Amino acid sequence: MNHGLGVELSSPERFDSVSSVASRLEEVAYLSDEAISTVVFLADRLGKPVLVEGPAGTGKTELAKSVAEITSSRLIRLQCYEGLDESKALYEWNYRKQLLRIQAGGTASRDLSHNMGSSDDERGAAKQVSSSAGNDGWQQVSEDIFSEEFLLERPLLAAIRSREPVVLLIDEVDRVEMEAEALLLEVLSDYQVSIPEMGTVSASQVPLVFLTSNNTRELSEALVRRCLYLHMDYPDVERERRIIRARVPGISERLADQVARIVRLVRTIDLKKQPSVAETLDWARTLVLLGIETVGPDEARSTLQVLCKHASDIERASKDLFSSDLMPGPEELGSR
Amino acid sequence: MLDVISGFVAELREVGIPVSVVESLDAAEAVMEVSLDDRKVLKHVLGATLVKSSAHRKAFETAFDIYFSQRGELAAGESDVDSGTSPDEDSGETALEPPDSSGALAGQDYVTSLPDALLSALVDWDYAALAALARQAVKRYAGIVSGRPVAGSHYLFRTLRHVDFDGLGQRLEQELIQRGEAHDSFAERLVVDEAAQRMEAFRKQVEAEIRRLLVADRGVRAVAKTARRPLPEDIDFMHATREELVAMRVALKPLTHKLAARISWKRRHGPRGPLDFRDTIRHSLSTGGVPVDPVFRYPRPAKPEIFMLADVSGSVASFSRFTLQLVYAMSSQFSRVRSFVFIDGIDEVTHLLAGTDDIASALARVNAEADVIWLDGHSDYGHAFESFWERFGRQVSQRTSMIILGDARNNYHASGSWVLEEAHRHAKRLYWLNPEPRAYWGSGDSIIEEYVPHCDGAFECRNLRHLERFVKALER
Repeated sequence: MNHGLGVELSSPERFDSVSSVASRLEEVAYLSDEAISTVVFLADRLGKPVLVEGPAGTGKTELAKSVAEITSSRLIRLQCYEGLDESKALYEWNYRKQLLRIQAGGTASRDLSHNMGSSDDERGAAKQVSSSAGNDGWQQVSEDIFSEEFLLERPLLAAIRSREPVVLLIDEVDRVEMEAEALLLEVLSDYQVSIPEMGTVSASQVPLVFLTSNNTRELSEALVRRCLYLHMDYPDVERERRIIRARVPGISERLADQVARIVRLVRTIDLKKQPSVAETLDWARTLVLLGIETVGPDEARSTLQVLCKHASDIERASKDLFSSDLMPGPEELGSR
Repeated sequence: MLDVISGFVAELREVGIPVSVVESLDAAEAVMEVSLDDRKVLKHVLGATLVKSSAHRKAFETAFDIYFSQRGELAAGESDVDSGTSPDEDSGETALEPPDSSGALAGQDYVTSLPDALLSALVDWDYAALAALARQAVKRYAGIVSGRPVAGSHYLFRTLRHVDFDGLGQRLEQELIQRGEAHDSFAERLVVDEAAQRMEAFRKQVEAEIRRLLVADRGVRAVAKTARRPLPEDIDFMHATREELVAMRVALKPLTHKLAARISWKRRHGPRGPLDFRDTIRHSLSTGGVPVDPVFRYPRPAKPEIFMLADVSGSVASFSRFTLQLVYAMSSQFSRVRSFVFIDGIDEVTHLLAGTDDIASALARVNAEADVIWLDGHSDYGHAFESFWERFGRQVSQRTSMIILGDARNNYHASGSWVLEEAHRHAKRLYWLNPEPRAYWGSGDSIIEEYVPHCDGAFECRNLRHLERFVKALER
């Protein structure tokens, strides 16, 4: 059913094969793995949104940006937060303008304007509208104020109505309440928005949709069912090394390898916040800037705060990593 | 292909992963879009369309490996050919030559050289050679008996013991340290980590090979049936192993968040706040600019205060390990959680949990420092509740929600249920979570029935699914 619509809308296929997704992403310095490129490929072919889940800082948002870049599409972003409602996500009527229109219509046909206080500026604008609208009756006014002119596009509607290709990024969707998720459903399954006063707006092309979630709560069944699922975890050593090489200019192969290995080790420690890929890159840049070629314990210890941000994490990690040369061994303690 | 997919979907449902009809249609459609030369691509395709939770990932992978191992065999057969020769070139080992005709016929030197060959493959990190060696090790040591309905963990254990898995790991560490010339303990630490990763990869290969042989022997369905493991949310708290508890800790986090959201959400639908002018005007447009329905802002949700009382006695030992995790997770999410633990005495442990970022040391401190034994260290809810009321009763207010975690097995002491009656009158809400199946409630020395009338709700809470049900119940 969803698919039927996808065919109807017939967007040109953006990718030839799974491997072409990977290689094109690599051109914009986004190192994908097989799972990522497969899902992106499927999202294009099936015309389905992708739900990307995983810990913070693993490149979920970056993926959407990179896909937008390689498909030369416009990126429309909806940042979710608690309390998001349809007026911020879908559309809103420009009520100020509507008021003016009512007033302007009113000056001609009824005495509405006397009841509404208005400043000089507004009066000026009102006159303009009234000159175009003339002496139409109330019927006309009510039809008018719910026309396109008074509609304020919000990200979801903008993505649907756009003529050019679009990548829609719905960021941190787990932050909205359960109830607000329902707003997304119509857009995600049928790529259309129903506006009671105007009718249904359908997409002219199928946008690529990415939803990201940090997994702070479970998303509703209905939403998840409509999406392809991609779990993005921290990359393995090999991929992280390649990411470092691609993103940090002037880093040596050896150092990149070492950084990736140390970061993997740090991630095995039970920390409050594990170092993300972004932090890995920051650390690698720091090392390059300091002119460090090999990371020994001293270098690692002095730059650890780039990798870990919580004071307790820094303490914990350094205790774990450098314990034997920091503290006396158990035998020494015992002899005291 | 459709048959295979629907069989696979049936298996996923059998494990407990919810797969809707739409999703299985999606999977079928998606499979047609990609070329299936690569088994891994198929895995990603099915994973993306059928399994929508990272907690279910592991169960999915097991099922996938079983259902699509036929292809795995093919791929393995291919690599057999080229990797059969590669170790020879690398190490000059001649004993490994015929990978297929191995087994019991091979001579004595063959047996001794396998660990050495393994070691050199591990040191050089030759993945293909390692796979071939893993196959050989299984063939020789696992002693798979045809037709036995087992999941293979015993075979895995036997194979690993025979190749001296731990010893091999240590030798690998030493070898790598010598090669890398690790001078300081930091570099050594890195090498140890690397060695552990490689050994884990080897273990996985052995596991995969055993599974492949089992499937070849008994067929997909039979193996799938024995390999089923409960999903993290179905694991019983009372019988969870240490690893399972760790897995649950991960799954627990979003749940405490949800619980937090639910409790504050309730508050949002309390009395109205100030007028929302912008929204009122917006709504007035449908009535021609006359503000018929004034819209109000929601009040800022007041911070809820939660008292958690956890039984930490021996009868609920593994449950209490879990409850302490829950209490800890809650206290790190809310600023106003006060935690109490009791056996026959009660003690507040809020400060113990708040003072540290590390759950293990927090729990160790609770166990060491909390003063919960009053007389003999056997559960006495009556006394624990009475002393709770004596010491903290006045702090229970209209904003307090109380959650009691325990099995209410009281060793035939007095129940002290008047405390709950009193607390129920003062507190906003009072819930009881019991780790025992509902059928056992009230049997033996369980006096839960005396407490239930004074609670806003008493819930069976044996696994995360139950806990989730409790959180959902808070919505109403």
